[in-house]
Amino acid sequence: MSVVNNRRDFLKISGLASAGLILGIPGLNAAQTIVKLDGVAAALELNPFVMISPSGQITLVNSRPDMGQGSYQAVPSIIAEELEVSLDKINIIPSDGNAQFGSQQSGGSSTVRGLWENLRKAGATAKEMLIQAAANKWKVSPADCYAEDGKVYNKNTRASFTYGELVTDASKLAVPTDPKLKEVSEFKILGKYAKRLDVPAKVTGEAVFGIDIVVPNMLYAVTIHAPSVQGKLVSFNDVKAKAVKGVKHVLTTDHSYPGGKTKAVAVVADNYWAALKASKLLEIVWDNSQITGSINSDQYFADMEAASKKPGVRAEETGDFDAMFAASENTLEGLYETPFLSHAAIEPVNATAHVKTDGSVEVWAPIQGPDGALEETAAQLGIDKSKVKINPTLLGGSFGRKAFMNFMAEAIDLSKQVQAPVKVIWPREEDMTQGPFRPAMMSKMRGIIGRGNSLAAFSHQAIGESIQGQHWNGIQAFRADDWIAGELSMENHKYGFGVHHLSYSRVKTAIPILWWRSVYASNFAWGQECFIDEMAHKAGKDPLKARKELLRNSPRDLNVLDKLESMLASYPTLPAGHARGIAMFRSFSSMSASAVEVAKVDGEIKIVKVTSIIDCGLFVNPDMVKAQTEGNIVMGLTAAIKGGITFNDGKCDQTNFNTYEVMRLQEMPIVDIHIMENQEKPGGVGEPGLPPIAPALGNAIFNLTGVRLRRLPIDLTDVG
Amino acid sequence: MPKYNLTVNKKKYQIEAEADMPLLWAIRDLVGLKGTKYGCGMAMCGACTIHIDGNATRSCSMPLSALKGKEKITTIEGVGSPATLHAVQEAWIAEQVPQCGYCQSGQIMSAVALLAETPNPTDEDIDAYMSGNICRCGTYDRIRKAIKSAASSQTKVGMNK
Repeated sequence: MSVVNNRRDFLKISGLASAGLILGIPGLNAAQTIVKLDGVAAALELNPFVMISPSGQITLVNSRPDMGQGSYQAVPSIIAEELEVSLDKINIIPSDGNAQFGSQQSGGSSTVRGLWENLRKAGATAKEMLIQAAANKWKVSPADCYAEDGKVYNKNTRASFTYGELVTDASKLAVPTDPKLKEVSEFKILGKYAKRLDVPAKVTGEAVFGIDIVVPNMLYAVTIHAPSVQGKLVSFNDVKAKAVKGVKHVLTTDHSYPGGKTKAVAVVADNYWAALKASKLLEIVWDNSQITGSINSDQYFADMEAASKKPGVRAEETGDFDAMFAASENTLEGLYETPFLSHAAIEPVNATAHVKTDGSVEVWAPIQGPDGALEETAAQLGIDKSKVKINPTLLGGSFGRKAFMNFMAEAIDLSKQVQAPVKVIWPREEDMTQGPFRPAMMSKMRGIIGRGNSLAAFSHQAIGESIQGQHWNGIQAFRADDWIAGELSMENHKYGFGVHHLSYSRVKTAIPILWWRSVYASNFAWGQECFIDEMAHKAGKDPLKARKELLRNSPRDLNVLDKLESMLASYPTLPAGHARGIAMFRSFSSMSASAVEVAKVDGEIKIVKVTSIIDCGLFVNPDMVKAQTEGNIVMGLTAAIKGGITFNDGKCDQTNFNTYEVMRLQEMPIVDIHIMENQEKPGGVGEPGLPPIAPALGNAIFNLTGVRLRRLPIDLTDVG
Repeated sequence: MPKYNLTVNKKKYQIEAEADMPLLWAIRDLVGLKGTKYGCGMAMCGACTIHIDGNATRSCSMPLSALKGKEKITTIEGVGSPATLHAVQEAWIAEQVPQCGYCQSGQIMSAVALLAETPNPTDEDIDAYMSGNICRCGTYDRIRKAIKSAASSQTKVGMNK
């Protein structure tokens, strides 16, 4: 990978700031992120995504940090397609958080769908300027020229100029406002299989993650936080910790959790092991008496169950469900439950910061958004953004966690206090016990079977804590959380129920929560999709056919189900003792449907095979879509069959991978993945494959055993 | 502080460290090779897997005091060479295994040790040997395929010799 790791360095090294063509695009869209929008990206006139040096070096900017989802290559691919350059001849550098790059948040599966139009325009704009420059040199019309593989050709004479030869002239031309984009049929990169440029460095150990950053004279820090997350620091005894060789400082630092702040205790040493060892010798007294709300997961579940017995805040209503339910004889209901989960990326949260004597600061960190990091760092230190340099690194997994940057704030605060560069690495135990976690939620499902055994009416009461509410106090009591309401709306699921009711009951908890891969879809698909199966069985219908009837006005979703049906039909007949279940869910503008095959082996349920289909419209690299869908199967199964996070007596019970288990290779089922091909707008890829996995498994277990499971996680050794 | 002689990837290093420092942190922070990763600190995740005399070892749980000084330590940086990658690394590229890539140093070190012991592993061999390495991105299906293709390419090389 390139040794130049940001644009500022690149410009310095190449001397490009004056000589080259730096081009961008107007009005980069800042929407579709899962964080607070700050409006920084709107309506900028020049966004420097394309850099071409007179020597011919082409550098494209990746503005979305790569946590394994492939943005490192996907973003430049979109530009390169229109610019007519091949990926093996470009440099890729990350954006540094500055506003000219628009929203730089990897999250909400927004990268490709959010940048698709504008970055194609960025590439096409540069190409048109280069073609115009060549046409001027040859004194011909641009129509007599074309661009291919980094050169502009004269159609009549076959003469050519490299982009490097044209760039100085091109940079003096007016920027076209409405460049012509290629037809999908003309694509050479987009939609085609490509090997990833970042893979070689990831098999040789050369890839640099946040945890690998080295800054001269850097110190290493471990921070220890209140076990209850929100507890107040009363006192600490550091005599034993300070006796560890290599320990330089023991001090306190500000620590943020969703919606609040407290203090943590930090050990700073000249090597990480010394800091880690010393941190275990600290004797700290915490005070939990001020904590309001529940910090006990059983209490939270009891509160949710109590809330399920009362009406929620109405989010959507077609017809009068309650009246119909009371009057109908053929009704059913069920209370579904999902636990708290840890993101548990294998790279624990970490950050390196250097607050310099001149008041400027440089940060190197595995973060999901350098733009947010820039804002937060400037605000934390009370300095101008021009004094902040953010270097986003590769992320060793994240799944949402590293978009909440409390670990970065610690590194900055500690560097300022000890006046040296500091790298903070949370020990696994801190990473796991502090969260924030995927929220635990409940779904109270009710249904009515109508005349002719139709699935006539459907009600979903979503219950639990609101992420927006806990973080920003942004939810009013009389309104449903709009992320949840959108996810579970008829507009999203498209099931054509004649009568439909959706409500939300907020139940507060002090257990800290955060978005986690696929956010609420990972909770509520479980209730929605298992309950559709319950209704189908009650109506005496095949669950797949019942869904097709409900989706009769949604041809795109019918195509997905038809494909799933034909894939399943192509498999050998299910052996005796095997069964299959299906589920589907739309999230982040993509539909995914899955079938899970299970078998009973020695009294235990074994997951034999998972079939997944994703319809994400146009996509960049089919192999990356496949890889993300594979990853979603594994993460979805882990969420379904491994233990969740629980809090007792104000402490997280799970501390490491011995008590918080994740799926391992020996449990990996056979997978079969299909990507729908169409010319619909790009949808999300990184998350939509996850939500249908758990309900497809639950439905399969019902078909195998007759036992209807409504609570996750499932203990496969103890079902029916 | 005690001094230790380490041979890492055929190069000799002398380091000064506390006896209870795990080899992981000596390799990362004192030798300066960052390809070996920290994940759990208790030999549960496999991200820190290296070879000691060819045996896959979780370096996070191996204190320096347990070393005798004669061991040949191999890390991800030494398993192949920049000019010639190991067959397992080649297979990892061919199958496009990594997503985030963080666990893959450990995965590859385990796979190399597996194939050294068992050149033609069965599915059960792969399951048993590789289940100490967690991949949170979920690349297990590709890891299985890459190990099988590395095994068959190694066998072919052997036959040609």
